[in-house]
Amino acid sequence: MVNIAIATPEIFLLCTICLILLIDLFLKEDCRMVTYLLSQVALLATALLVYSRLGGEKITGLNDMYVRDDLGSVLKISILLLAAGVFVYARKYLKDKNLWKSEFFLLALFAVLGMMVMASANSLLVIYLGLELLALSMYTLVAFNRDDGRSSEAAMKYFVLGAIASGLLLYGFSILYGLSGRLDIAGVAAYVSGQQVMTNLPLLFALVFVVAGIAFKFGAVPFHMWVPDVYQGAPTAVTMFLGSVPKVAALAMLLRVLAESVGLANPAWAQMLLVFGLLSVFLGNLIAIAQFNLKRMFAYSTIAHMGFILLGALSGSTEGYSAALFYTITYAMTAAGGFAILVLLGKEGFEAETLDDIKGLNERNPWYAFIMMLLLFSMAGIPPTVGFYAKLSIIQAVMQAGYLWPAVFMVVMSVIGAFYYLRAIKMMYFDKPDNSDPINAELDFNVLISVNGVLMVVLGIFPSALMGICSAAMVASHL
Amino acid sequence: MIPLSHFLIVAALLFSISVAGMFLNRKNMLILLMCIELMLLSVNLNFIAFSHYLGDMAGQVFVFFILTVAAAEAAIGLAILVTLFRNRRTINVQELDSMKG
Repeated sequence: MVNIAIATPEIFLLCTICLILLIDLFLKEDCRMVTYLLSQVALLATALLVYSRLGGEKITGLNDMYVRDDLGSVLKISILLLAAGVFVYARKYLKDKNLWKSEFFLLALFAVLGMMVMASANSLLVIYLGLELLALSMYTLVAFNRDDGRSSEAAMKYFVLGAIASGLLLYGFSILYGLSGRLDIAGVAAYVSGQQVMTNLPLLFALVFVVAGIAFKFGAVPFHMWVPDVYQGAPTAVTMFLGSVPKVAALAMLLRVLAESVGLANPAWAQMLLVFGLLSVFLGNLIAIAQFNLKRMFAYSTIAHMGFILLGALSGSTEGYSAALFYTITYAMTAAGGFAILVLLGKEGFEAETLDDIKGLNERNPWYAFIMMLLLFSMAGIPPTVGFYAKLSIIQAVMQAGYLWPAVFMVVMSVIGAFYYLRAIKMMYFDKPDNSDPINAELDFNVLISVNGVLMVVLGIFPSALMGICSAAMVASHL
Repeated sequence: MIPLSHFLIVAALLFSISVAGMFLNRKNMLILLMCIELMLLSVNLNFIAFSHYLGDMAGQVFVFFILTVAAAEAAIGLAILVTLFRNRRTINVQELDSMKG
């Protein structure tokens, strides 16, 4: 049935982006602020549109290719709000680095549109299209600083590995299509429900490719090669975007493909996710210790966090999926805040990216140091920050699914991982700063980073509100 | 009539060649781009073969979308390649190692 109204937020965002593109054409070089403000309005208005449609039954439309449900709405609202936050943080960096161009906001908006499409996809084709819209915008964004060799090199690596990931995913999709004869999620699920999964070799063959493609997009070991280089080479504003918002979209893809369509094949893909997840938690935390470039350290820490999300999703239970969603949303907030502090430390012609740059941050500005401490505590998973509760709920879900030793291993690796976060905190509080220039930012930046830091504690003490939203979304989508 | 398995074997071979090409190629970035195209084309062959034998049009529609996206992807890949060459004066895969750790 054609029911175009279910895609209203996406259509609205697309029309607004085209409008901003047109308006931007007639703006002078020094009026870029207008583009920025329009982008923010577009994001927030779309978020409102999604919010106004929250609740109610799951509706499919556009010939069963598209779906509107609470899970998609929650994912979309978090994507839109995170992107709006990242735009606020990115402004200072773009101005400092002479990259204050409208392309950043427009490409990021297209990426957001792709992520929204992924979150609402009800067909393998739509998932692929959303994924490519996201990926193509991201490749260009990474190469955004086009006179910087590292930026282009990172973009090239990201492009090649991203294209391989799409190829793997598509190959898996093609076999799934051949087996089930359907492209919509429900059709594939109907096929899987009638099969002996563990003895159906073609289905297992397809699952290997699909899971590998998804792991590539998450950046889980052994498909993590692109993460550190892209994080380091991309301009910090882009790294901040890449390191926070698309993680939610990657989870959306995992939920739509693995949980909804081949959910009944859980015993098969859970084994693969278990291996990928444990390897990511292990290698990510271990290699991060050896990093002195903060962007690279965050990259390896991301790999470890993605391992946690994969492990949360592998249980195949409502608790596991909602724990993974909770973890992803809170981690994306934390990562955006962490990169925002890096943006704050940079200044014209200087990019803060090594551990030495955060030395003595407490002497330079105690409030920013305190916020960074909260963010790092949250990444390390130290109570009362939200990272602790997120890790706890994932580990609970893993244990409920009967994986006792993986849960123990995750706890041990979290303790090892705490080392490099605490080292950064030690450098902020107990080392002498190399330069003592004052750090300043505009009002909206200050307000947002303060809210971001305080949220880490507030959500850590009262996690039930967000957790309730996450599990309600899963229940509404029958996951 | 040619059985379905023949098409699938050819597609799988093309897919393997493209993957092998990516990992064996140590010289030229352009070969990597060609391998990516080959990979997508092998998937297309899979989709068309399934679509024909299932008597279902959806697979062929998917192929049109893949072709379009592959064109956009090639455009962006080549654009990145041009900026890379302008900055580095090389497109040798082995020399893309400025970031380590």
